[in-house]
Amino acid sequence: MNQWVNFTKGFIKENPVFTLLLGLCPTLAVTSSAFNGFGMGIATTFVLMCSNMVVSLVKNYIPNKVRIPSFIVIIASFVTIVELVMQAYAPSLFKALGIFIPLIVVNCLVLGRAEGFASKQSFLSSLIDGLGMGLGFTFALTLLGSIREMLGAGSIFGFKFIPGDAILVFILQPGAFIVLGYLIAMFNRLKKSA
Amino acid sequence: MAKVESSFKNMVITLFIVTLIASLSLGGIYNLTKGPIAVAKKKAQEAAIREVIPEFDELKTFSVAPDDGSDSLVFNQGFKAGELVGTAILSYSLKGYDPTPIKLMVGFLPGGVIDNTQVVQQKETPGLGTKLETPEFRNQFVNKNPKEFILKVKNDGGDIDAITAATISSRAFCEAVERAYVSYEKYTEDQK
Repeated sequence: MNQWVNFTKGFIKENPVFTLLLGLCPTLAVTSSAFNGFGMGIATTFVLMCSNMVVSLVKNYIPNKVRIPSFIVIIASFVTIVELVMQAYAPSLFKALGIFIPLIVVNCLVLGRAEGFASKQSFLSSLIDGLGMGLGFTFALTLLGSIREMLGAGSIFGFKFIPGDAILVFILQPGAFIVLGYLIAMFNRLKKSA
Repeated sequence: MAKVESSFKNMVITLFIVTLIASLSLGGIYNLTKGPIAVAKKKAQEAAIREVIPEFDELKTFSVAPDDGSDSLVFNQGFKAGELVGTAILSYSLKGYDPTPIKLMVGFLPGGVIDNTQVVQQKETPGLGTKLETPEFRNQFVNKNPKEFILKVKNDGGDIDAITAATISSRAFCEAVERAYVSYEKYTEDQK
């Protein structure tokens, strides 16, 4: 398989949020600002790479009928390890990203890639898939967060360009659905013309 | 290598090994990180204390139980050259928008004037209630004496401008500061 195609497919063609519609629960919940979206994306990318690597290594030793519980245990262990290590050695990073870490366990993007890709592919392909998908996820979340922050708070990455309050609904959950809907429509149009 | 067959024996053995490795590595990492996490938490607490009261070189920490039977609050008295310069009280409110309690460090100068406040823990709505942490909101409390300054949002007849669309969080913040003040006043009375 061409690894470059494998890497770039996560950005538009198989973007986890806009095309596969995977992991929408944390997507909608945490993207109230650009930084939050970015942080969640980076944390997910790390876990996705680790879990894809391990799953592709052990795929032949795990009987088919118990693969899902095994993958879940592997993913949950990685998430907990990331949380503990971050809390111990990078407390300020943990303060910024800590709330997203437990959300990764319930992110079906991680399980979806383990089940749908890494359990069938080689180690290298799985690693690159994890990285590409994770960065595609980060890109989608940062885009969603930026738009919501710009419309809802009049700022971007915390830098305020409109004084006072803006259209508050975009910070709230309904705003997440509205922006996501328009972005999906836009990406579908882009894929059609490409 | 061929894939392992899904026989009963294989499945039991696989699940056992997977969970065994997971629990061993988690246990090991928990033990390794336990110490550093405790140190980091203590540092964060101390940083919050330093932010809400004037500079000190000695810290005295003790708990004070309020009259109404609710949880006791932790008092941190800062001394400089043996003189009391301020008291930082770790207060809380359960009335936030999220069930997780809002925890605040509230600093009082001797005499009961609020020096500063700092949010220690909160899980309010991102982008709305989380604005409790901004200086714009917290500065309203700086250098105010709760004797003549009502610690309530303006909707409730107080002196605090609530955050737009986050009145519940603002109200909870005020309640936590008020709780710290009541406890501080009672403690100062008892000392006399």
